[in-house]
Amino acid sequence: MKPLDMVIADRPDVRSGNNAGRTPDERTHVAVKVFSVFYRANQAVKDVTFNIPAGYVTAIIGPSGCGKSTILRAINRMNDLVPGCYVKGELLFDGQNVYNPDVDVVMLRRRVGMVFQKPNPFPKSIFDNVAYGPRLHSRLNQGELAEIVERSLVDAALWDEVKDRLDDNALSLSGGQQQRLCIARVLAVDPEILLMDEPTSALDPRATLRIENLIAELRGRYTIIIVTHNMQQAARVSDFTAFMYEGALIEFGPTKEIFTKPTHKQTNDYITGRFG
Amino acid sequence: MNLKTRKILDRAFAGSGVFSILLMTAALVVILVPMLIRGWGAIYFTATVEHRHLMLERFDRGNPERVADELNSTRETRAPLYRMITEFEKQLETSDSESRKRYTTPLRELKKAIHDLLGPAPGAIRPMLMRDQYGQMRWGRALVKLRNVLYREEWDYSDPTRGGIKALKPRAAEFTGTPVEPLCAYLENNLTDMMLPRRTLYWQFLTDNSYDSHFFGGIWPEILGTFYLAVGAMLFAIPLGLIAAIYLTEYARETRLIGMLRTCISTLAGVPSIVFGLFGLAFFINTLKVSSSKSVLAGSLTLALMILPTLIRASEEAIRAVPHTYKEAALSLGAGRWHTVMSVILPAALPGILTGIVISMGRAAGETAPIIFTAAVSVGKPLALWQVFSQPTPALSWNIYNLATEHEAVDEIRHVQYGMVLVLVSLVLILNLAAIILRARVSKRLKG
Repeated sequence: MKPLDMVIADRPDVRSGNNAGRTPDERTHVAVKVFSVFYRANQAVKDVTFNIPAGYVTAIIGPSGCGKSTILRAINRMNDLVPGCYVKGELLFDGQNVYNPDVDVVMLRRRVGMVFQKPNPFPKSIFDNVAYGPRLHSRLNQGELAEIVERSLVDAALWDEVKDRLDDNALSLSGGQQQRLCIARVLAVDPEILLMDEPTSALDPRATLRIENLIAELRGRYTIIIVTHNMQQAARVSDFTAFMYEGALIEFGPTKEIFTKPTHKQTNDYITGRFG
Repeated sequence: MNLKTRKILDRAFAGSGVFSILLMTAALVVILVPMLIRGWGAIYFTATVEHRHLMLERFDRGNPERVADELNSTRETRAPLYRMITEFEKQLETSDSESRKRYTTPLRELKKAIHDLLGPAPGAIRPMLMRDQYGQMRWGRALVKLRNVLYREEWDYSDPTRGGIKALKPRAAEFTGTPVEPLCAYLENNLTDMMLPRRTLYWQFLTDNSYDSHFFGGIWPEILGTFYLAVGAMLFAIPLGLIAAIYLTEYARETRLIGMLRTCISTLAGVPSIVFGLFGLAFFINTLKVSSSKSVLAGSLTLALMILPTLIRASEEAIRAVPHTYKEAALSLGAGRWHTVMSVILPAALPGILTGIVISMGRAAGETAPIIFTAAVSVGKPLALWQVFSQPTPALSWNIYNLATEHEAVDEIRHVQYGMVLVLVSLVLILNLAAIILRARVSKRLKG
């Protein structure tokens, strides 16, 4: 059985299109090809190669400093902000290298949304937070904008909690709500990929659970790549898992396989908690 | 270190902290309270009939009939005074040369002293200088002048080991046996009726032009000039400072040149303001020729230059203090650099930037040295807006200095100086208070 079929057989809802919108397919959405990232002389990611399929949840796990966040941030070129950072190799998004000089970073980031480790809503109203992206990219009237905001908040499972206080400052929300607001803010731009950089590490278990449920709901409509410290989380939410160690990719495959019968000893040691 | 020593150290530190804060508060009170009280005296004081006379004549204020009545009644009480003098003068004309010689000078001095107190004698030719056309406006000054009538200052230099010793000689004694002899007693006893002192709130002090180099009127030209200069300086400094701060924090790479630039900016912030003043004269007026001579424009430019480093530093700090996550969030949503700055970073940095702006404005309003050569004159009319490009202006800071040091009769116009200090200090205090309130409000809005 091909790895992809295993996942599909395991979770039939992905195929059946349980979630509205795009259905996942076998298309490779992001292809990482002999890709390296350097911070000045220090190589953070070493010749990594793997393919991320569209519509699924892919988890990247590994101990601290293994380069998992770096590779995530390479996909929407957030690494550009770090002085002295440069890359080698190819990182293809829909077949196009995102590090080509003619790539419009703004367009790229519009298609590749990101949720950060700490909830980072703007110090603006809840409405303005969600409307920030749409306002940026197209001229909309108030009605269209309100529609997008509502839809995004509903999708992020936050609408019922905030519908009566859209004008309140986003910072008055709880941590978990703030994180869902950040997800709504990304969804409002209608991206194809969601990058999540340890999205629950700053949240309590209940809020974490809600985010995980949300990821399950968004699965199929978006290609989700999640970096996490929490192996249970990776096992719970992801279809595929990549295990990285010291900048190199050790193993990549269907989550079930990685967690039940890893082929590498290092992977086994890590998921059984022997180090990390 | 054992627990006991630690405790003693902690207490000693807290104690010295409290002590220094109390000391500072006390110093502030000692400085501010007299300043405010004396400044208030420029606006609320005991005014004589002369003040009401002037207000009616020059500003068309007050009840004309009532003032006329008052003037009539004072004229009546003053009349015996002048009668005594006239009688004595007549008597002198017919008397022998010796007594003429003896009395001419004292009489002239007496008349001068009376003139200083009560203004020109009835029927005399109206003097040229405005300050000679009226008696004393303020009761406090009138009492000083009364003493000058009653006593003559004499300096005794006979003892070479000591300086001159001042002695007050009663004038009445000089005129014993003449018709003028009862004059001093009469004046002393009836001064209230001659001057009709009354508590007066002269709030127009703040909005009146000054007459005869601040002897009369208010300080409106100075207030307006200060306003023009400070606002003008901010008009130049805010955009430049903000752009520079944004560039330094968001765009510039950390090269050696940028590092040097930063050091230069910090150094500029410490350059004495008089140096900026001279530079303003040499550069804006002599080289660029923004105006043919001193002008508000040149002064504003110089002040802008002076506060620019502070403003850049404050804005830079404020922008740097914006959490990095805001920027990341905006960029990750596909915002460009410029848009990120405008929509997320600047609004979040606003409290800090506003504080910097308001405090710089306070500094621009209060600074003296930069405008000495570039904008300030001691006397002037309030400027219309279009005149700021070519005309110099009086300004509070410079005129306080000017009145204290270069005015021909410093003692006569002390109250004006105190009034200016009051206004300037209040202005700076209000600006600082506004900064605090603004900051609190904006950051409350940001924090939700």
